[in-house]
Amino acid sequence: HLATSLPLPSERNHLRPRIDLVVFMIDIKSKYSLKNVETSLAHVDASFFLGKVCFLVTGVGRVNACSIETNAICKLGKAYCSPVLFCELELEGIRVTTAQRLLRMLQICAGHIPGVSALSFVSLMRNSDDD
Amino acid sequence: MDETVAEYIRRTVLKVPRDEIKMMLQKWDFLSKAQLQSLNFHQTKDSISQEVVQFCEENSADIKQAALLDIIYNHIYQNKKMWSVYQMKKSGEELECFDIADFKKKFKRRLRSALKNVTITFKEYEDNAIWIRVAWGTPYKKPNQYKPSYIVYHSQTPYVFISASVLRSNMPLLCQALIVASNYHDIREMELRSHCLNSLKDIVFKRYSQNFETYTIKPLQGGNVEPEDADLRIVHENRSEKERIHSLNEEIFGSGPQPKLEFAQYRLETMFKSDPKMNVLDKKEPFRCLVKFSSPHLLESLKSLAPAGMADAPLSPLLTCIPHKARNYFKIREKKDLFPASFVSP
Repeated sequence: HLATSLPLPSERNHLRPRIDLVVFMIDIKSKYSLKNVETSLAHVDASFFLGKVCFLVTGVGRVNACSIETNAICKLGKAYCSPVLFCELELEGIRVTTAQRLLRMLQICAGHIPGVSALSFVSLMRNSDDD
Repeated sequence: MDETVAEYIRRTVLKVPRDEIKMMLQKWDFLSKAQLQSLNFHQTKDSISQEVVQFCEENSADIKQAALLDIIYNHIYQNKKMWSVYQMKKSGEELECFDIADFKKKFKRRLRSALKNVTITFKEYEDNAIWIRVAWGTPYKKPNQYKPSYIVYHSQTPYVFISASVLRSNMPLLCQALIVASNYHDIREMELRSHCLNSLKDIVFKRYSQNFETYTIKPLQGGNVEPEDADLRIVHENRSEKERIHSLNEEIFGSGPQPKLEFAQYRLETMFKSDPKMNVLDKKEPFRCLVKFSSPHLLESLKSLAPAGMADAPLSPLLTCIPHKARNYFKIREKKDLFPASFVSP
């Protein structure tokens, strides 16, 4: 399900299946994109932040066009305990790999992989120099 | 042949890309078939231009032919120049038949009576466009052929497109000659400028696709918005919003290609509004500010702003009114009451 922002339009509530993973896409070339994600985050139920949210930063291949500092994004990821993935959609190889990663994450979040749950992401996120 | 004429022809030919020289010379129709045949277009441009000058010498070319070649060059590469639009006004409702010979005679007479040293050349094109080239001199100097003004006049319309040369002091004289020759009584410069002459024509002749007030009962469903997205596994949550933006855009911009403008300029003479606690500019004077939007194709980029998610739809009328108002220069002053600024045309 693709949406431009949250909250999702309520008229489609009855048509929507259970949501297992929310991927926030941030275009590194657009400050507006980051702002949009930040406002949308407020509409996500807290339970999602136990591994069912991830940030996907696109457009990192065009170094000259970056409008957002990666620092800011990493801070966002830390604040919401969610992984941050970087990719460049214009390159087919990276696009395919990223899609495969997301699919893997989705399988875990949906409970399709026995023995691994979304909570694993949260523990994997901890840095060795944290506390 | 005058050597200044020879040099002018040589330089004009040099401006043309090598592959286009033959076509240009054919359009000019001054060199004979035999001469054209014998020209070797595979040598360097320098050599080609020298040969052309040689032939012109044989044919005794004068400044008239050289000026004609220049008009042809500028007609083909018209988008290299910046064009301004002028609108003429008639005093009464007299519908006279337009006589081109009369127009040319009156125009030349008017200009020459004020300034002896001018070169005036006319060329008519199939789309009813009359191209006029004027090279300006002074009472003591011969005309400067390298800085002429070009005027494009469509006789069935009150519009004149002018690519003024650097010598703007000649504009009043030029304007006078135009209205006298075309039997109008007044002329004013419009706030509309662009490199793309055809787009300027599209705007003032209203040839671009405008929105007509036909309302479809329901916005066209689905397929219109994202035709490539045949994958049924993808659900667009904001489809109705996307459709709203799409139909709003169609309403405002029409569905055809937009006229090509490179910029829009807004001169603001409004009061600076800020938090009174910030103490910025407590002088109650208008804050002068110039906002300029530039783009290789301004109107198309404005049209794609909302669908790209970069701006809310509908866009500010200050941006969307550009083709309807036929202007891309605006002066915005404060409204008398406390509401935000509105336009005031000069």
